[in-house]
Amino acid sequence: MTARRLGWAPYALLLPSLAFLALFFAVPMVRAFGLAFQDADGNWSLESWRTMFSDTEFREALVTTLLLIVIIIPVQFAIALAMALVVNARLKGAGFWLYIYAIPLGISELAAGIIWFAIFTQQGWLNSILEGLGILDRPFIFLNYQNRGWLIFTVVMAEAWRATSIIMIILVAGLQGIPRDYLEAADVFGATFFQKVRRVILPMLRPSVQVALILRTILAFQAFAVVLALTGRGMTVLASEAYRWYSDYRNPHVAAAYAGFILLLSVLSTLLFLWLLPTREEQFR
Amino acid sequence: MNRRNDAVLGTRRISRRDTLRFGFGAAGIAATGGLIAHRSANAAGGGLGGRWAPWPHQGGETIVFLSTQLRPVEEAEKMRNTILADFEGSVDFIPEDTGPFNDRIAAEAEAGEGTIGVIGAQHGDFAALAARGYLADLTDLLQELSDRTFVEDYVQLGKFGGEEQLYIPWMQATYIMVAHREALQYLPEGLDEESLRTSLTYEQLGEWVRNINEAEGQKFGLPAGEDGLLHRFFQGYAYPSFTGGVNTTFKSEAAAQMWQWLKDTWQYANPQSVTYGAMDEPLLSGEVWVAWDHVARLISALRERTDDLIAFPAPRGPQGLGFMPVVAGLAIPKNAPDMEASRALIEYLTRPEVQATTLREVAFFPVIEGELPGDLPPGVQQEVDAVQATTSDPQALPSLLPVGLGEQDGAYNKVFRDTFQAIILDGNDIQQTLEQQAQNLQSVLDAAGASCWAPDPESEGVCQVG
Repeated sequence: MTARRLGWAPYALLLPSLAFLALFFAVPMVRAFGLAFQDADGNWSLESWRTMFSDTEFREALVTTLLLIVIIIPVQFAIALAMALVVNARLKGAGFWLYIYAIPLGISELAAGIIWFAIFTQQGWLNSILEGLGILDRPFIFLNYQNRGWLIFTVVMAEAWRATSIIMIILVAGLQGIPRDYLEAADVFGATFFQKVRRVILPMLRPSVQVALILRTILAFQAFAVVLALTGRGMTVLASEAYRWYSDYRNPHVAAAYAGFILLLSVLSTLLFLWLLPTREEQFR
Repeated sequence: MNRRNDAVLGTRRISRRDTLRFGFGAAGIAATGGLIAHRSANAAGGGLGGRWAPWPHQGGETIVFLSTQLRPVEEAEKMRNTILADFEGSVDFIPEDTGPFNDRIAAEAEAGEGTIGVIGAQHGDFAALAARGYLADLTDLLQELSDRTFVEDYVQLGKFGGEEQLYIPWMQATYIMVAHREALQYLPEGLDEESLRTSLTYEQLGEWVRNINEAEGQKFGLPAGEDGLLHRFFQGYAYPSFTGGVNTTFKSEAAAQMWQWLKDTWQYANPQSVTYGAMDEPLLSGEVWVAWDHVARLISALRERTDDLIAFPAPRGPQGLGFMPVVAGLAIPKNAPDMEASRALIEYLTRPEVQATTLREVAFFPVIEGELPGDLPPGVQQEVDAVQATTSDPQALPSLLPVGLGEQDGAYNKVFRDTFQAIILDGNDIQQTLEQQAQNLQSVLDAAGASCWAPDPESEGVCQVG
């Protein structure tokens, strides 16, 4: 079938989704950008951006956001790949593992943060267990703002628990698209398991990895409920600042500037991944 | 900025330093059974008798009651099931975070079609709504409610410096301290349970938590988390007590001493304080033994462990016992679907018996004068005693909630949070930080065009940071 014979039908079918995106995505985005470049009286101005860049919390928020991304994403990828390989190995009960792994996907970000707060807080599960086992004689304060390492560790744990499954699902889909022939050919040549992963599976997975990386990084830029629930005011990320400027400081302009800045970083990181991990088609273009 | 806002900023004249003492003070005394002398004519008849004629209103439709107050689930349930139980109409009580709360009201105002009948919020939450002209004038409603005597200061606050009554006072609260009885053995020389209520100083508080730290670890706590009210500790307690002012003494020598005191004392604070929104849970779990917070955020601890905890006033500093009464009010949006029903709900919530129920159930204090029941639950009674000890203290130095800041309210709080972050958490130089933040504070006051409010002396024009 050619496009000519289809006539206008495909466009009509596209229309509802386009209208939806325009109404609920494009319009608010344009308006948010408008807000970011206006002052309180509605005049065009860079004031909000100046306020944002000179805010005492800005640097801290940016550094923490980037640091979390740099730590969380490789950790999640390693775990997700292992999980995906387990699911894809078609062991007995593989479906069961898929369901187990997918459970955290059904939990909201904030709820996940609260669950992990209950684990790591001073009188929480972890301290109770460690005390019960006689490893500690007094609760250890994990969520101590003076100890950044522990704060980051707790956030990484919570995020890894919460959002690794989404990567796993993308990778499982990718794995299932790899023709058996390639793996069988590798077997014929006597490849070990790790050689197969490195030489066959990972290169074939490249499009899925690219999608998963882009998706996960964008989500990581937006993450804040887990950070807020676990660390309170002990640590801040860009999205927390956007939230605070809107909700606490009642300044939608600076909040919009933060949102715009997050969008900018997301676009940049997406371009970076597209450039670093070109898929086969893009490579030969 | 519309004309309404200019009117608010331009004609604002709040000079009630002298009468302020009667505000929370009067109700605090009333709360323990005393009668108010200076307004005896109205107050004399204002017992808890049911002399209220049924209020005429058109029933049928459910009134949407949007509130930033009583957000915790248990409090909201008490509101729905107990406090509103005797109201004749049907009410949909919707507690909401400040962000969505503002959005919803703004969206309805701009859309021109309202569903919200009554808004319940703190004075500070109303400031921006009042500035944008979303609130109906309730001057005549206040007159109709002349059978009950509202605390005059709160009535004035509800006018936002203009002529129109934009909210009717609903309930009030303040901040106190609560400690575990186990902590009493570490009290510094010369203090005991009794004198704790009448003579605790900031210095002694520091010594006390240091003693506790030596024996038991870091057990002092302040609500420095995301939803915590730490900024009020500075605005209403530490600053006034050490410096006698807030804005005009922001970077003074005395202010530097206050920050030094906190820096010294903070070593004995539980480092998880930065995650505490309310101090009731850390007190209950025992990770904190000595805490300062809003009465409504301590009540569940006092209720649950009445015998293990004691409540007492905040400490005093060189300039007196700074404390801050806070008021919540009830307003009606201009485009409310059923004005009469909304007014009936406000009438109901400000009845003396309903005000008493509110105190008993959720530990917010009445805003009308009159006697209170003696059958308060022990936890609430402890709070009432601590509040009364505060307001009747000869050194009491009441602070107003920020006045005339309008939409700058949040930015104003941010200055104090940022200063805390810089000096206490990040360990920056005190004087340098104060110089820097003083500029931010001044630009907030300039942007709002706000003149000084108590305890700062009145100012000609915009309040000048000192």
